[in-house]
Parts: sequence; structure tokens; C-alpha cells
Amino acid sequence: MTDWLQFLFMGIQRGAIYAMVAMGFNMIYNATGIINFAQGEFVVLGGLMMVSLTMVMDFSIVFAFFLSVGFVTIVGILMERLTINPVRRPTVLRLIIITIAVSMLFKGSAMCFWGKGSHYMRHFTEAQPLEIMGATIMPQTLWIIGILILVVIGYVLFFNCTMTGKCMRACAINRDAARLAGINDRRMVMLSFALSAAIGAIAGIIITPLIQMDYARGALLGLKGFGAAVIGGLGNSMGAVAAGLLLGTIEAMAGGYISSHYMDAIALVIMLVVLFARPGGLFGSSEEVRLKEF
Amino acid sequence: MKIRLLSAVTAALLIVFSAGSLQAEQKEAYHIGGVFSITGSAAWLGEPERNTVKMIAEEINAKGGINGHKLVLHIEDTQGSNTRAVNAVRKLIKKDKVCAIIGPSRSGTSLATVPVVEKAEIPMLSCAAAASIVNPPEERRWVFKMGQNDSDAVRRIYEHMKKNGIKKIGILTGTTGFGDAGRSQLKELADKYGIEIVADETYGPGDTDMTAQLIRIRKTDAKAVVNWSIVPAQSIVPKNMKQLNMQILLYQSHGFANHKYAEAAGKAAEGSIFPSGRIMATETVPEDHPQKKVLEAYKKAYESTYNEKVTTFGGHAYDAIWIIAKALEKVGDDDPEKIRNAIENMEFVGISGIFNFSKDDHCGLDKDDFEMITIKDGKFVVLGQ
Repeated sequence: MTDWLQFLFMGIQRGAIYAMVAMGFNMIYNATGIINFAQGEFVVLGGLMMVSLTMVMDFSIVFAFFLSVGFVTIVGILMERLTINPVRRPTVLRLIIITIAVSMLFKGSAMCFWGKGSHYMRHFTEAQPLEIMGATIMPQTLWIIGILILVVIGYVLFFNCTMTGKCMRACAINRDAARLAGINDRRMVMLSFALSAAIGAIAGIIITPLIQMDYARGALLGLKGFGAAVIGGLGNSMGAVAAGLLLGTIEAMAGGYISSHYMDAIALVIMLVVLFARPGGLFGSSEEVRLKEF
Repeated sequence: MKIRLLSAVTAALLIVFSAGSLQAEQKEAYHIGGVFSITGSAAWLGEPERNTVKMIAEEINAKGGINGHKLVLHIEDTQGSNTRAVNAVRKLIKKDKVCAIIGPSRSGTSLATVPVVEKAEIPMLSCAAAASIVNPPEERRWVFKMGQNDSDAVRRIYEHMKKNGIKKIGILTGTTGFGDAGRSQLKELADKYGIEIVADETYGPGDTDMTAQLIRIRKTDAKAVVNWSIVPAQSIVPKNMKQLNMQILLYQSHGFANHKYAEAAGKAAEGSIFPSGRIMATETVPEDHPQKKVLEAYKKAYESTYNEKVTTFGGHAYDAIWIIAKALEKVGDDDPEKIRNAIENMEFVGISGIFNFSKDDHCGLDKDDFEMITIKDGKFVVLGQ
């Protein structure tokens, strides 16, 4: 029986996207304490930009990849500079409402630029399925898994081995203390938006060949990623990756062994159980939760 | 106060009369309403419908209108929402005084507006598909429908299966309204055609991989798969089937009849079979088919005007506006009651099929207006009998 392996591949593929979206949520949450509702829109913008560059302008995949990520990163920076930074008394609620407004703005602009239809993009490499121990896997799925691993490695290196990364962590732990130590916390907020936009864009780019991107997909993509972030413990990015992969795999197994009708319901039930049993998420500490504003 | 009111009324009357006398010289225009989901989640339905209606109205007006009366369109956007659709229809009837309404685009919005037009007694030609829009006929005196019934698509698929000796099937449907409706029709009609559904699976509009569902179907002795959805996710199904090396036949719904979906599914969709309006395979419709000329003319006009491919949805709007135009021409008047009666007794060769309206049938299409289509070298081709 190789069915379980096939379900596992499917689960990891689903989960990889949840994980990357969740990482984006966490990055901004750590820097500002808010949930960025425009996170799904970063994913959409990355995907749509990639479609335009590869399918319309015929750039190579690698070049288009970096150009799309760069574009969305700039969008993320602009979002922070123009809408988050100028707010005088930034309360959590106020900032969240701003991100909702920005998500609508992104969605509307994407509709104007790319139209209302869905956009198809070819796979990164040959779309011939590979056979592994009786189960089959699309090369695109391997790309998704590979890129997730690279993003996680890059994330760990950045936050543990670079000065800027350490400053960002310091800000996340205690913003006032970090400021006293001479860290420019506002710049760190901007940086968090840039990185979170970049990760969102990468998620959008690698998923687009499989799903066909359209302007209205952001909310749907953001929702499951948010679920993964909550299960993993808000603010804990490695927890989010584990939770994302876990969620995807459980969904796929449930779909395969129980019934596909209950796939989404099972994911939600798990989320509720986790929130009841461990409000800090699977990998977060409950003491930390009590100290947080939101 | 009284004098002021009186003078205002007089002024208003004067304006109305002078406008009336000005227009009388070139005959009063006929006002037609259009209610489409031009933006929002069903924008891909409403946009081609709006484009088509505008194009045809311009064409009619360029030729001097209907018996010398120009057509004036009043187009409203529902954004796919029921509340907005009801408000739009109310506005068209009360403010714009339209004599007939084209749309709405979706089944939900159409059903929501039915009571409004029934009460106001204005004919409405819905561009959606659900059978309940025109049923029961005694409560739908003023409502007509341009889209084919889902159940007829199912009938065509089952007939094809029966002819090819397929008795056991697995169904895989989307969890959107379209998919749900298809799923219940597939289940309801299976017995009648001696077909047994041995696997019943679903997928969400945001899903990226359906291998788990397909493996469940593979485990049964199903001889064919029916994939029923209208969202882009359905293009993944043929690909996953190829990935899993499943050799059984793939049937899809008329929701697959969209060039973009076929392009996304690529080679994997070759040979899959689905029912669709003939407009999607215009080139391969036989020369002597009564619809051939209409199809070619509409396809050419739409594609050269808007520089995008025709869709079956635009075809519904084409049929609606021409049916109204024909009725207006015959009646020679814009009295809603007379228009309604003219439509009810009309025969019309359109894009979606040959309409044959009657007192009990306000859809006028039957299962033969669906053509079984397959994909050959990336093109939609009529499968033939």
C-alpha cells in the first residue's frame, strides 16, 4: 500500500503553502503585534507578477522569480511607509483596520491590472510526474518543498547570524528595551513588512503553476495560513512551519482515509481543539500568551 | 409654499412634455434594463454579458433601431450580491421605466429578483442556469431563462455512458453552488440510466491537489470519473489523473467549457468529454446545422470587438437581447404584457440552442442543445453522435 505516501506528498504540498503564509503573518506580528490582513494579497501579487513576466514577457523562470519577489517586497515597504508608519498613535485595532483597507486596495488594483479571469502559468520544469516507491509526485511539488526548505534555512541564518536579524528579534521580545539599546525600531517594522511580503510572494510564485492565480484568491490563501500560524503559536515561525505541514498532512490523510467532504472541517476542528487545550498554540508557551496584548 | 410647489410641478411637467415632443419626431426609444455581476466574484459571468448586450444594442441602433425606435440600455452591476440585484431591478423598473430586463447573471441573484418582477409585471430574461428560476411555471409568469438546465447536461453525460457500456462511475464535485447542484443532479438521475455511483468525492475551490480523492475513486471499480465544477481548481483533476496513471474515461461538466481551463489542464485533458453549448466549438459544428450561421456571426463580432474569446455566458446575453428585440419588432409597442406574450410564443435560433418557449416551458431549451465536446490538440471539437 503506497496510498499513504501519496497522501503524504499531497499533504506536504498543501502544508508548505500554509507554512509560508504563516511565516509571513508571524514576521509582522512579532514586529508590530498585529495581524496583517493583506498577507494573502502579497501571495496573489507575487503569483500574478510571475505570470506576467513568464507567460507574457517571456522572461526566464529564475530572472522572473527574483524580479517578482523584488516587486512585492517594494510593495510591502511602500505599504509600511505610507500606511503603517505615519499613524500617530498606533493601537493594535487601528493598525489591523488599516491592513484590511490596504488588502482591499491591493485586491482592487490587481483586478484593474490583471483583469478578472484566472491566469495560468507553466510549471517550472517538465510537468512529467516522477515515481517514488509506487507513489507519484509532480516536479512542481518538489520545487515547492525545496524552496520551503531554502526559505526556512535562510530565515534561521538571518535571525541567528546577522546583526539586523538579531535586532529584529530584540524588537520582537521587547520593543522599549530594544529602543533603549539603540535599535531603530521603526526601521525594523519596515524590514518586517519587506520580508513578510517577500515570503508571501515566494509562496504565490511556487503555487501559481498548480492553481492558476486570480485577483480574488488572497483571502482564501490567507485564511488557512492564519490557521497554521495560530496552531503553531502566534509569533513562533518555526512552530508555524511545523503546524502548516502538520495541518496539510492531516487534511490530506483525512481526505484520503475518511472522506473528502470533511477535509476542511477536520482542519477547523483541530484548530479549535488546539485553541481550547493550548491557547498559546502547540509550540507557544501559555505564560507568554498572558503577557501579550493580542 | 403652495405656489412654489405648483410652479415646481408645472416646470417639471413642461420639461417632461417638451422632452416628449422632441423625441416624438424620431419615435420614442425603447428602454431595456441589464443586471449583471460585472464586478465581484462572478465577474467572469457578468463582463462578457454586459459586453455582448452593448455590442448588439449598438448594432441594432446603427441599423436604425427597431421599427424606427432606438434601444436605450440601462446597465446595473449586482457585484454578485442578492441585495444589490434586487435593488438594481427595483431601480430599473421604477426609475428607468424599462420594458424588459436582461439578467441577472447568477442563479442566486436571479431567484432573489423573481418576486420583484412578478409583482411589477415586467418580463425578465435570466442568464443563469438553475431550473428553479422558471419553475413552477404558474408562479413564474414573467421570468424566462437563457441558460441550459444542469439536469440536461447530466442527461447527456449519462446517455453517452450508457452507449459506451459504462455502468459504475466515481463523481468528483466542487464545493461551490455549481458543484453542489451538479452533485445532487448526478445522484438523482443515476438510477434512471442504470448507472451506479460507487465513489462520491468533493474538493474546495482553493485546493491544490486532488490525488487523495482520486485514489479513493481508483480503489473502487469505477469505469469513469465525472468532474463537476466551475472554478479553476477543476483543471488539476485531469492532471492528477494522469499523474496517478488512471486510464479510465474522464467526463467533465459544462463548467469546463472555458479555453483557459483547457489550457491549464494541457495535454492531460485531451480526450476528456463534456457537454457544452455549441459556441465553444463553432468551427466544428456541421455546416448544415441551423445554428451554424448565428454562431459564426456572434463569434466573429465579439472576438473582433473585444479582442477576447467568446464564452457561453456572453451567448446567453446575446440570446436575451435578440429575443427582446424580436418581440418588440413583432408587437410594435413596448407594453410589457405584449412583450411577455410574444416571447412565450416565440421560436428562436440562438447561441445556446433553438429556443421553443411555451406556457409551461420558459427555458425553451432541451438536452439536444448541449453538444458533447472533446479536446483534440488543445481545441474544442464536436464529438458527433
